[in-house]
Amino acid sequence: MKLLLKGGRVIDPESGIDEILDIYIEGDRIKRIGKNLKIRAKVINLRGKVVGPGLIDLHTHLREPGREDEETISSGTLAGAKGGYTSLCSMPNTEPPCDSVSGVKFITTTAKQQGVIRVFPVGAITVGRKGEILTEIGKMKKAGIVAITDDGLPVMNSLVMRRAMEYTKMFDIFIISHPEDINLSKNGVMNEGVVSTKLGLRGIPRQSEEIMVARDIFLAELTGCHLHLAHITTEKSVELVRDAKKKGLKVTCEVTPHHISLTEENVIGYDTNCKMNPPLRTEKDRRALIRGVKDGTIDVISTDHAPHLDTEKEREFDLAPFGVIGLETALSIVLEFLYRKREISLSDVFKIMSLNPARILKNDDIGRIQVGKLADIVVIDLDKECLITKDFFVSKSKNSPYIGKKLRGFPVLTICGARIVWKSKDFS
Amino acid sequence: MKLKRKDLLGLEELSREEIELILDTAIPMKELFTRTVKKVPTLRGKTVVILFYEPSTRTRVSFELAAKRLSADTVNISTSASSVVKGESLIDTAKTIQALGADFIVIRHPNSGAPHILSKYVSCSVINAGDGMHEHPTQGLLDLFTIREKKGRIEGLKVGIVGDILHSRVARSNIWGLKKMGAEVYVIGPATLIPKDIESLEVKVYYKIEDVIDKLDVINILRIQRERQKEHLFPSLEEYSEIFGVNFEKLKKARKDLLIMHPGPMNRGVEISGDVADSKNSTILEQVTNGVAVRMAVLYLLSGGGEIETST
Repeated sequence: MKLLLKGGRVIDPESGIDEILDIYIEGDRIKRIGKNLKIRAKVINLRGKVVGPGLIDLHTHLREPGREDEETISSGTLAGAKGGYTSLCSMPNTEPPCDSVSGVKFITTTAKQQGVIRVFPVGAITVGRKGEILTEIGKMKKAGIVAITDDGLPVMNSLVMRRAMEYTKMFDIFIISHPEDINLSKNGVMNEGVVSTKLGLRGIPRQSEEIMVARDIFLAELTGCHLHLAHITTEKSVELVRDAKKKGLKVTCEVTPHHISLTEENVIGYDTNCKMNPPLRTEKDRRALIRGVKDGTIDVISTDHAPHLDTEKEREFDLAPFGVIGLETALSIVLEFLYRKREISLSDVFKIMSLNPARILKNDDIGRIQVGKLADIVVIDLDKECLITKDFFVSKSKNSPYIGKKLRGFPVLTICGARIVWKSKDFS
Repeated sequence: MKLKRKDLLGLEELSREEIELILDTAIPMKELFTRTVKKVPTLRGKTVVILFYEPSTRTRVSFELAAKRLSADTVNISTSASSVVKGESLIDTAKTIQALGADFIVIRHPNSGAPHILSKYVSCSVINAGDGMHEHPTQGLLDLFTIREKKGRIEGLKVGIVGDILHSRVARSNIWGLKKMGAEVYVIGPATLIPKDIESLEVKVYYKIEDVIDKLDVINILRIQRERQKEHLFPSLEEYSEIFGVNFEKLKKARKDLLIMHPGPMNRGVEISGDVADSKNSTILEQVTNGVAVRMAVLYLLSGGGEIETST
């Protein structure tokens, strides 16, 4: 396969490139980058488009195995491709959970056969995600995991978490913490505060997150393990991470597109597509998250793409499951709330959605538009507008809080290892 | 003036004028009760479906009587004897009831917001008869009606609500209604049962009845549920009763004309002593009577009825 991408505005945050350039792809790698390249190849004209490294999601729920009615490796990776992603990390809270070598192999094999983009499996920390016995982390690493987490649940026992972090350190992979004190958040369905009081919904106090952010930072200090904090949502959590980084600890973190764009006020009306864990917080927290992105405290935007069926979501707020999908709207939300509001540059968009995730994965082959790297590329039309309806999504689930909203800035072409994995209908 | 809305989901979204309209309309409804024939043909041919997902006697019977006195047909569905136990979803149940020809669905549900979700799927009127910890608007309205009837006004009164504010839909509807009508609201209860940031609704929080009792014109005593003990919210009913149970000892400094209210059902000897419940200041049974009048007013106004000119 030989491809010549002509005349796009090429952005690579690592090298600082931001100019009109051609990219020549041969095999599955970028062979040349330059002005007015004249090479015999299939030419794709990208004038007026932005060309960046394919997005990488550190936090995707693919639901397979177990809940193939909600999402599969096939549908989830297609949703990723449509959203501009070329790699994603699959969370282990499937049924059964990915807590063994066979579980990991199932994902890598299925992803190879049916996946549209790259899938990096994440293994469980404890057997059955029960928080008790460590999984065979070494064997799972050999089978291909890039990290471990019991995501959806925290490891409540601090000793187990300590041991997991000490042990994981040996394998040069990282541990993802779902920071939540489940005793403190018990029965809660939204942020605790004036809105939960008004709506008569049980609250999840911010402290249930912050206590565990603090605990896991302390344990990272104790063990020297690379700790990645999933979906942080509060001002205090950002401060805790900022301080940890100042101390030089190996701590990274992510925020979701919904937490930088929505607040607890969106729950008014009992929209279950605004029910997620951690919950939407206050405007003050939202502002603090954006400040955290700007000053580099927050490394990554992760989707926490969590598919659920309409039949599960269209019901009483208390009884609906937590979670929203995000792969297909993440980029538009980041462009709207961070780039167009002049909080960060376009290069930074690729930094937090591609380069930084690649760095956290310690993968030098992706997240960059540089000669010799894998040809994982996203082409974006910054002006393309879409009214988000249920029909918009290729994901098997439609539980998006942005349904009914008009978003701007979408991928029109996604290339993964030189294969075109997504092309929008209006792109010729 | 007419009530220009399809549903009554809560008092939060009502204006003062709308609340006054309902209270004013309830006056002639109540006058009906003194007649020998306690029935008018206003809602003849309309169907009121009473859908209760929680056990209830007084609210369910009150709605049923209200509908019957307006000559509507009523159907009672208790979820333990319906297709809900077969796993039918709330939304499917609602759509089915609508397809059967209901003009009103009166719903009681253990989850906050259930009537709001339901109202999006049906075109008939939805009346919230209590949703989880959220609102119980007709209880709020009947409490306002009772206060206004007894005190002649609501504006400027100081009203205390005692007990489990956190889990109480009665408290929330009372707070919204009382604030809109210009009363001052005090909530009194264990710190564990006062919801977060309630002060931002402009109510004053107290942890001791004795600290505020001398100020109050009205005290509304909420039912306390034994199950809350298990959630670490208070150590025992006995201790709760000692600190927050309303008895004459705690009412020593109260105004002589203090109005004593309770939404029922009462735990005598727990949140309210028997002699206080039966005292001349107590209006607990009158609240029950007024409940029917207020619910008649709500049904009448939601069906498109206008202001009633009182003949007296």
